Amino acid sequence: MAWARVSAALWRRPWARATILLTPPLAWFVLLYLAALVVLLITAFWQINPFTTNIERVWSLNNLTTIFSSSAYRGIILRTVGMAAAVTLVDAIVAFPFAYYMARVASSRTRTMLFVAILLPLWASYLAKVYSWLLIFTHNGFLDWGLGRIGLGQPRLIYTNWAVFVVFCYLWLPFMIIPVYAALERIPASQIEASQDLGARTWRTTRLVMLPLALPGIVAGSIFTFSLTLGDYITPLLVGGTSANFMGNIIYTNIGIANNVPFAAAMALIPIAIMAVYLLGARALGAFEAV
Amino acid sequence: MMTTPTRSFARRMTIALGLAAASIIAAGCGSSGSSSQPTGASAAGQTVPTANLPVLQKIGKGEGQLNLIAWEGYLGPIWVKPFEQQTGCQVNAKYAGSSDEMVSLMKNGGGGQYDMVSSSGDADLRILYGGDARPVNINLIPSWKDFFPAFQSPPFNTINGVHYGVSLQWGPNVLMYNKKDFPAPPASWNVIYNPKYKGQVTVPDNPIQIADAALYLETHNAALKITDPYELTQPQFQAAVSLLAGQRPLIEKYWALASQEIFDFKNGNAVVGAGWPYQVSTLKASHFPIGDAIPSEGATGWADTWMLAAKAPHPNCAYMWMRYISTPKVQAEQAVNYGETPDNKLACGYMNQLQAGSCAEYHANAPLSYFNSVKLWKTPIATCDNGKPDCVPYAGWVSAWNTQVK
Repeated sequence: MAWARVSAALWRRPWARATILLTPPLAWFVLLYLAALVVLLITAFWQINPFTTNIERVWSLNNLTTIFSSSAYRGIILRTVGMAAAVTLVDAIVAFPFAYYMARVASSRTRTMLFVAILLPLWASYLAKVYSWLLIFTHNGFLDWGLGRIGLGQPRLIYTNWAVFVVFCYLWLPFMIIPVYAALERIPASQIEASQDLGARTWRTTRLVMLPLALPGIVAGSIFTFSLTLGDYITPLLVGGTSANFMGNIIYTNIGIANNVPFAAAMALIPIAIMAVYLLGARALGAFEAV
Repeated sequence: MMTTPTRSFARRMTIALGLAAASIIAAGCGSSGSSSQPTGASAAGQTVPTANLPVLQKIGKGEGQLNLIAWEGYLGPIWVKPFEQQTGCQVNAKYAGSSDEMVSLMKNGGGGQYDMVSSSGDADLRILYGGDARPVNINLIPSWKDFFPAFQSPPFNTINGVHYGVSLQWGPNVLMYNKKDFPAPPASWNVIYNPKYKGQVTVPDNPIQIADAALYLETHNAALKITDPYELTQPQFQAAVSLLAGQRPLIEKYWALASQEIFDFKNGNAVVGAGWPYQVSTLKASHFPIGDAIPSEGATGWADTWMLAAKAPHPNCAYMWMRYISTPKVQAEQAVNYGETPDNKLACGYMNQLQAGSCAEYHANAPLSYFNSVKLWKTPIATCDNGKPDCVPYAGWVSAWNTQVK
């Protein structure tokens, strides 16, 4: 009977019910996620002893000053943002017609097949996918061999930023297609018919009706492609060459190899800041209503 | 099976993708707490924080587990399996690609995770002055008496007579070349600085590579007056760094893991470069036409130590491992498999039993002059040998490697 009394007591006090239900997820969020981020932010203003690499808790802006005063680090930030923007742009250009076909043209059977084709690679291991690209790009690998056979020469893309770019575009494409598909599918048929009734041809309807209505979906997808490229360090490590230094790589080498956690934390502040600005822009463009 | 995808399906998928993306980001951000007390500024005049910790007096019952940080190729089943059977200590391996990574791993999570690390001379001082290594009772390791004197109490693992581990093996960093492209072994390291081999050179992604450039300049630029490739004054250091910056266009890939260099030689992405005997023996084992040489300028090298972690969770198994790994037979097995020189002078006979002529091939019976020709890795510190604070410390090496070379 005790349980009945408890449930009756909870029924009378909705605030108690809400507190009990919300405490575990909120505690998880605040303690594990926010607290870890705050610790990271604080660490960014400490230093390490250059010899023993032990952390010295002395407050200073040295890490951030080093990043912004060094042309090498500024170049790395620009290269990372440029790569993320280029990957996002190409994924959007590739994803739009694909999602358009899925949402508007394909039969339901084809559409299911296409969904499977998009989602299947997401279940494969990230590393397996990157390594398979390594084999495609390597000297005398599949790409060099194939292009050589049709007389286009050997591009030797392995260990270049082109290779990194192609692999990023491939890896994050599904993250763009799905939100664009969701946005395109929501456009009421009546609006397209209205456009056609008013004399607009296919291209004009696409450009002036479909594209603006799909924009929130594209922006939603771009959050994924942009942020994933901004933080990835494994693809540049494996298929990138001597100039494949991205922000993620600097953070990785400073934490995993140089043991300079404060500097890595300072570097990690930069993608956080960039994404904060990006998300504000995305919200203004209606990306969060698209999902 | 999926039916007609509906709007809500696509919406759910988008949310699922968002979660997947978040988990990918999260996977890339392994947390690494590092807590330790601040220490003084330089190595000179510093004390080892753990120097007064008590040492084990008698090896007790094994704990059943042993967590080791090692170089790739250092935990071959040939010698690890018998150890596990004899002692019941199961060996859990974590491989590291560079000395810096080893220093970092020993600190991770406050340092209670690993028992030992097979670190090189350039990492040892950083580990023990950082308070992450523990004194070792060398009397519990009988084979230590059979070590070459240079490796019994070397300055990189023994401070004021206190041992922080037991020496293991040593060897040179060799010039590797594809025999198809180089019918005769190159006589000089200049091949890895020669524009003729643009796009075909590979060297380690490691700041200590600056010492290799300095060693080359020691012979080829007498005006710099370099005497020790690990003690470089600012002008000497800058010359070595510019040599490496000039080498960068020749390089397609700085290798971070031994397996990457093996992949690149096999696939023709590199035909010449700097590497370890492990890559050479692995490529030879797969019948690849790899050659290795120590050119006329000499070579840098390493001398490794199994260091005992300050908070080793399985000390008895760790002592059993040190006792086992320093015996002549095991020393011989590792030396022949990896292609390096054992520290135990009795290993020579066992090496020849395993592979005829290997004792001489890997210099296990070489005179002291050979030992002196290899410049063993050590941590560059601000204080030069002459006592003046003119040398570039290791932190300067790291930042030059990341911002001026790469």
